[in-house]
Amino acid sequence: MARLNVENVQRARELIALYPVPRSALIPILHVAQEQDGWLTPEAVSHVAELLDLTAAEVYGTASFYDMFFTEPVGRHLVSVCTNIACLLNGGYELLEHAEQKLGIKAGATTEDGEFTLEEAECLALCGAAPCLTVNWRFFGPVTPESFDKLAGYLRDGELAHQVPPHGTLCRVRRSVGLPARSAGEAGPGVDSGGTA
Amino acid sequence: MPLTDARPIVTRRVSVPESWTLKAYLENGGYVGLRKALTMEPEAITQEVLASNLLGRGGAGFEAGKKWSMLRKAQPVYLVVNGDESEPATFKDHMLLEADPHQILEGVVICAYAVGAAQAFVYVRGEFALGLERMTEAVNEAYEHGAVGRDIFGSGFSVDVVVHPGAGAYICGEETALIESLEGKRGFPRIKPPFFPAAIGLYGAPTVVNNVETMSNLPWIVEHGGAAFAALGIGRSTGTRIFSLSGHVKRPGNYEVEMAKVTFRDLIEDPRLGGGIRDGNQLKAFIPGGVSAPWFSPDQVDMALDQDAVGKAGSMLGSGSVVIMDHTTCAVRAVWRITRFFHRESCGQCTPCREGSGWLEKIMRRIEQGAGREEDLELLLDVCDNIAPGLGWPPQQTTICVLGPSIPSSIKSGVNMFRDEFLTHVKEGACPYG
Repeated sequence: MARLNVENVQRARELIALYPVPRSALIPILHVAQEQDGWLTPEAVSHVAELLDLTAAEVYGTASFYDMFFTEPVGRHLVSVCTNIACLLNGGYELLEHAEQKLGIKAGATTEDGEFTLEEAECLALCGAAPCLTVNWRFFGPVTPESFDKLAGYLRDGELAHQVPPHGTLCRVRRSVGLPARSAGEAGPGVDSGGTA
Repeated sequence: MPLTDARPIVTRRVSVPESWTLKAYLENGGYVGLRKALTMEPEAITQEVLASNLLGRGGAGFEAGKKWSMLRKAQPVYLVVNGDESEPATFKDHMLLEADPHQILEGVVICAYAVGAAQAFVYVRGEFALGLERMTEAVNEAYEHGAVGRDIFGSGFSVDVVVHPGAGAYICGEETALIESLEGKRGFPRIKPPFFPAAIGLYGAPTVVNNVETMSNLPWIVEHGGAAFAALGIGRSTGTRIFSLSGHVKRPGNYEVEMAKVTFRDLIEDPRLGGGIRDGNQLKAFIPGGVSAPWFSPDQVDMALDQDAVGKAGSMLGSGSVVIMDHTTCAVRAVWRITRFFHRESCGQCTPCREGSGWLEKIMRRIEQGAGREEDLELLLDVCDNIAPGLGWPPQQTTICVLGPSIPSSIKSGVNMFRDEFLTHVKEGACPYG
């Protein structure tokens, strides 16, 4: 539980430099904060507010609107089971019930060892492979009770670490181009690039 | 009607090994359209897109070229690409983002050049972790290749493209909510007028908001000409389009077919497409364009996938997602789940939607659980009428955006098409489907 570390402050500054208005970087920076701690700690929220010249309340105001941001700790693996129409028609609720039994928790709860948080999700846009679920936003489908048990075992044993990073890590690819301009004191990438040939 | 010989446009690379890489993209005709576009006058590109009659592939189906032509004359202009695909049962943009991000990017740069955009933002649904990674990597590669950034392909034209992650909110697929979200705020839709993005969009500047699939069509249109695109399809429904087919078919998936020349029956039954209803079951009902759309009955299955025909029949092609329900489906449960979705996703700004969706969900739940009353059926329609007065199509609006007026679609369909089934739940206190 902490403020953003030095590397993440640098990432935040790079993100701010991408936009004409700094506040546009708020959601991307909150993803960075959630990657650091697994959830949005009060210290990180205050730090993000400082970086963007906002109040912590303004940051919470935005963060609380979005399902992916957590303002309390969640498990290392966030298991989101879809039950919306295409999955409903293909056993999504049966899968969710099975997951509840297997993990020993109800949807919305976290296992005592902090390994799993289970949630019922809205459509995840993998309807061709229903019923589907995501673990830390990595997709699996179609999922049967048997394949769910296997998946839970692999996750617990860390065998899918390459495919499923810890909760909070969203995009493992960093933008590596067109960045230095504004941080070196020049105009940002979008500012002077409007004209046509 | 047989399937046509039209070849896929936007999905033609998805089965290429590592289709998302610059290498695969260049080996398969990538960035040819952009190179051609940069030799044309920007206005000539808009003319080609107008000639193609490309209808927006996000849901509203508005002519893309017209959207560009309506921009308020002011600087700067921004381009925002809507990759926040969240309409239940729609999963085409998810595929395009993962399988062919360079095609999107090429379309983005073409559009940015045509409208003179100062900067472009690709808003990707937050849950699409892999799509975000592939799209970000594509931007990195395209910069190195000279296809994005400064002095693109030596043309003197420069534009930066930012990949922006969402964070989980259906409403952000609505273009003005998406703009609010991109400004770092809650995803509250803006009232139109005055906040039409073409007039007052991102940071108050004139803004083009186009869908990912719409962008993906641009490289082909520029390379082959708008007329070649318009030669496909019938009437206003030109070109090809991806339909996301889900539910009780043997082969659910994304299928790109020529517009208006393929019917729902083809989509469901053709062995190259849906392959028929699972287990030899009978069709009970289908949703032609996402859960915001009113349902169709089996006797409408020979209708073509034509935007205007479906509109005239009282529904919409919407986001191009077709949900198939066979005779084992409990219509009450399906309607309840869709209503619950809208209740969860209502942003809360407008009373008819915020309160109405909650009451509708409660009433649907008690019917579904066998605790409903006969008068609940009329109560449902009465509450729906408060959100979309008259319950016509397209719906009247008492709210800032169309989320609220979309809630009655499935309720009205369920009550009208399957009234007996609703009454059975009420009278027997249980679901006949178990």
